[in-house]
Amino acid sequence: MNRRILRRAVSNLMVGLMIGAVIVAMLPLFFILLNLILKGAGSLSLDFFTKMPAPAGETGGGVAHALVGTLLIVGMSCLIGLPIGIGAGIYCAEYPNSRLTWVTRFVADVMNGTPSIVVGVFAWAWIVAQQKHFSALAGSVALALLMIPMVLRTTEEMIKLVPNSLREAALALGYPRWRTSLTVVVRATLPGIMTGGLLAVARIAGETAPLLFTALGSQYMSFNIDQPMAALPLTVFTYATGPYEEWHRYAWAAALVLIMVVFLLSLGARLAVRRRFTLNG
Amino acid sequence: MTASTETAPPTVAPTTSLERANHGDRVFKALLTVAALAVPTLLAFLVFELWDGARLAIGQYGFGFVTSSVWDPVAEKFGALPLIFGTLASSLLALVIAVPLSLGVAIYLTEFAPKAVRQPVAFFIGLLAAIPSVVYGLWGIFVLIPLLRTTVFPFLRDTLGFLPLFQGPIYGPSMLSAGIILAIMVMPYIMSVGREVLLAVPNTQREAALALGATRWEAVTTAVLPYARSGIIGAIILGLGRALGETMAVTMLIGNRHEIAASLFAPGYTMAAAIANEFSEAVGDLHLSALAYVAFLLFLVTVVVNAGARLLIWRVARGSAAGSSAL
Repeated sequence: MNRRILRRAVSNLMVGLMIGAVIVAMLPLFFILLNLILKGAGSLSLDFFTKMPAPAGETGGGVAHALVGTLLIVGMSCLIGLPIGIGAGIYCAEYPNSRLTWVTRFVADVMNGTPSIVVGVFAWAWIVAQQKHFSALAGSVALALLMIPMVLRTTEEMIKLVPNSLREAALALGYPRWRTSLTVVVRATLPGIMTGGLLAVARIAGETAPLLFTALGSQYMSFNIDQPMAALPLTVFTYATGPYEEWHRYAWAAALVLIMVVFLLSLGARLAVRRRFTLNG
Repeated sequence: MTASTETAPPTVAPTTSLERANHGDRVFKALLTVAALAVPTLLAFLVFELWDGARLAIGQYGFGFVTSSVWDPVAEKFGALPLIFGTLASSLLALVIAVPLSLGVAIYLTEFAPKAVRQPVAFFIGLLAAIPSVVYGLWGIFVLIPLLRTTVFPFLRDTLGFLPLFQGPIYGPSMLSAGIILAIMVMPYIMSVGREVLLAVPNTQREAALALGATRWEAVTTAVLPYARSGIIGAIILGLGRALGETMAVTMLIGNRHEIAASLFAPGYTMAAAIANEFSEAVGDLHLSALAYVAFLLFLVTVVVNAGARLLIWRVARGSAAGSSAL
């Protein structure tokens, strides 16, 4: 009888500890978001989004150059990364028994685990070292490399969810394979593939390490992809580690904007998935 | 031999539309193959470029690079031991903190929590994975470090000061600060993969234990965890892989000093942080090459660690994408 009470007590104690773990695990997120809002929201103004940075030590100014830079760099990464990622994903799903599929899938997993800083070194060695100057394009290539495996795997998983009967129906109606793939199978999974793309963009938009010695960062508005360019994560890093009080305020505000961008993209991804479910009835 | 006229083979194929379709198929497959080939090609290229960049340093130091602890760009002497030590120490520290927490959460969410709580809590903690590394660094510099320096570190020194780990002067940026921020960052990965693995344990395992009179906790320890063991180890190693390559937050919190210190309060350095800090400012070819060598080593280590994690997860949740989404 006593033993039973003891065993019960141990069970309850462990459950209590685990609830404690849940609370402790939720604290960091709560405090990070709280601090971001408390310290960052005050500095957000129209100027922050539309103006260029003020000279060091002066107040005022904004991060318009970094917003434009992030948009350009991430946009270019998508142009490079999405076609390769989606194409390779369709290949892996459509030809599951090919040896290339096995290799590609394995390599994608290896690349997914590669630290982003290593990818940055690669982009540096490949592009910056050859051209002998930093460029936004090199940063985009590094980010594209990070997004390819993510896009590839979601595309493949999504296409695998399409029932074979759908494919057979299209083929039975005399559709060639490529039209079956594109207009029936891929079309049905488009929202899912979009989700994968958005999540990948959400992740690379916040990446700093691969940009450190590729896009480098800049204090000026630049539209030239062959030159150094500012990016929001780089701005957060520079301002956070800089000596000025004013910079620190801007680092918080820029980080808040970055978090909002990332969370909105993730939210958009979730909504795209929801639409898929309603479409499928 | 009759003179009957054999019909000549038709010069125009009667199946033009089929052939055209075939042609489309071939183009389609060719395009996809190019995309699929691009992925391994890029990786091969990555490995080659890293090796090529590191060649100078490999030739100069060979394997001694890993065991030497002098890092002096002025005298052009480079050894990566402090970096390797710092990378391993900060990652292990992160695991020591993160593993009990994230497995506790994962077990609670799959085995005990009310249904209504499971999704929201998992989603909320999963959001941690979406926060960019540089934001962790910012938060670490201005919120976490002041808190640690004024309250947590002095408390640790007073209570556990008999251990060499908790002795010496207290700086803000330190191995322990970096370990704590890394713990927060890898927690969502270990938790979500751990959850997937636990969900893959068949219900009959739990039912059998409960039917024999086990309490719910005993069912977990005797029937669920042993079944999921390799998957859980996989989840932990996956977290390790994440921690090893993490750059920005660590760079901002670890203090960046090429030293091996016994105390967790002392600053250190990691491989990723050294690359991040020194690469764009390195002038000497040998300095650059040494950093590329560090990147090459970091790449090799993470590949081995991640491949191991993946195999272990597959043993429990076969073919599941659990690992691949988090890897």
